[in-house]
Amino acid sequence: MVKNKENSEDLEFWATNSEEGGWNIASTDEGSQKMNEEESDQQLKIQTGSDVVDDYFVEEETSEDERMIVNMGPQHPSTHGVLRLQVELEGEAVRRVKPVIGYLHTGMEKTGEELTYLQGPTNTTRMDYLSPFFNELVFSLTTEKLLDIEVPARAQTIRILMTELNRVSSHLVALATGGMDIGALSMMIFGFRERELILNFFEKTTGLRMNHNYIRPGGVAADLPDDWQKDVKEILKVIPEKLKDYDEMLLDNPIWQGRLQNVGILTTEECLAYGITGPSIRAAGYGWDLRKMQPYSGIEKFDFNVPVLQESDVFARWRIKVLEILESLKIVEQAMNSMPKGPYKIQDKKVTPPPRKRLDESMEALIHHFKIYTEGFKVPEGEAYVAVESPRGELGCYIVSDGSSKPYRMHVRGPSFCNLQALPVVMADSPIADAVAAIASLDPVIGDVDR
Amino acid sequence: MMETQQVEVNEYHEHIKTLFDDGYEMMVDLTAVDWFRKKEPRFEVVVNLLSLSKNERKMIKVNIDDETLSIPSITDIYPGANFYEREVYDMFGIIFENHPELTRILMPDDWIGHPLRKDYGSGRIPVQFKNAPKVD
Repeated sequence: MVKNKENSEDLEFWATNSEEGGWNIASTDEGSQKMNEEESDQQLKIQTGSDVVDDYFVEEETSEDERMIVNMGPQHPSTHGVLRLQVELEGEAVRRVKPVIGYLHTGMEKTGEELTYLQGPTNTTRMDYLSPFFNELVFSLTTEKLLDIEVPARAQTIRILMTELNRVSSHLVALATGGMDIGALSMMIFGFRERELILNFFEKTTGLRMNHNYIRPGGVAADLPDDWQKDVKEILKVIPEKLKDYDEMLLDNPIWQGRLQNVGILTTEECLAYGITGPSIRAAGYGWDLRKMQPYSGIEKFDFNVPVLQESDVFARWRIKVLEILESLKIVEQAMNSMPKGPYKIQDKKVTPPPRKRLDESMEALIHHFKIYTEGFKVPEGEAYVAVESPRGELGCYIVSDGSSKPYRMHVRGPSFCNLQALPVVMADSPIADAVAAIASLDPVIGDVDR
Repeated sequence: MMETQQVEVNEYHEHIKTLFDDGYEMMVDLTAVDWFRKKEPRFEVVVNLLSLSKNERKMIKVNIDDETLSIPSITDIYPGANFYEREVYDMFGIIFENHPELTRILMPDDWIGHPLRKDYGSGRIPVQFKNAPKVD
């Protein structure tokens, strides 16, 4: 039997006063994670979301007696993972919010310091599991910047093709789960159905539906499969049709509009203060997109628009995702038509292992292959920060190299991590029923938050 | 495209304030590097600022004094630094002065050690359970 010697005399230690003992009270004490009834002024400002601008207020007749602190999550379907929120309610209205994170923390940055640069994408791809290609891309771009190499044109275009398809699939999940949270259950089934098309193409190309480890430093792991144009054409044909269906179902739907318009306002000022980028800042009227402003991987050659909306509410954040899917499909089409011929890996023997068929005929190739996969390649000393536009905002990677074949420090700036800081802003002073819609509109992925 | 600046700890807060007034509206990233036995002083805080209006980035580096391990917080300038500073405190044990709530963010409250320090081994650390009663 489990007993705590020091406290076994102390009856108050146990929740029940029976001799058998009960649940250890101390083990449920939450320390600093707890939302207290009394907080410091600054903390109150943060939790009520009025730290930057105090802009939104629902007038509702409530009394102090109706105040209570409740817990939402970590096991809650609408928190999109293991996010936990402590919420102070006053009747139906949310007054204060405190996000508690760390339930999915697996120490990926620490792991990243122990993997070689070639193994790195295997690790980073698991961070934001809905947009794995972006994680691989940002890690590879940072490594390539440190190595001072440029990948061949075909590899660049494959990267753009895959990442933009990934943006579509990621936004489709955001639309689907967002719809489910609000009660549009058909949206949930539709979104996942269309995403399946894209995932099938990913599986055909990379071998896996998620966590592909396809984009690697020096290029991509494999060439596109035979007949890949057929699959991409299918995607390009089906998804716009289905998007029209969504619009028919939701765009002019008075219930959908009533539920989402003027809910969860996140202004440009707040976006800037909290470091929020991506669809949220574009829905707040600021047309900031890294693909246009600081292009990567040759995306400046493609012709596309950056949709910007002014409303800065949940409806705008939902709408902008639909518009971005259409723009991404434009890029995919151009990438498909302009796919250059040539190698898909850099022809630099230091970085790229010899092709498989050379291993059977050449001893040197075998040694070379063995060296690259066991020791890895050495990266010159230095540091680099590269950012790409992931479906949730700026995804950055900061690598410090000490000249060995493993990163000395690898840090990933996940967009969901800082987007979560805006939860009090979008949730506070609105009815509890709108809180769920507000969380869904920020589209947090907990794997990206906790890393 | 990205400029790196080295700043002293006592000038750090003021420097960030000037940059903020200079049009660097957004703090995109704040992290730290542990130069254990490689450099003196040991810890370096790295701040990444972004100016959307000028389309520029700036990287600020600050060396932390080994004795005090503290640096002023910039949450009063960039509210978004809140989570990042808590993360650095959690992972490296660097103390941010005047932070509204400097507590652990990813690890449990009563965790012993700071995981991203170089002298914190990985794979050999026993799992710590919160307030677990000892088994006789």
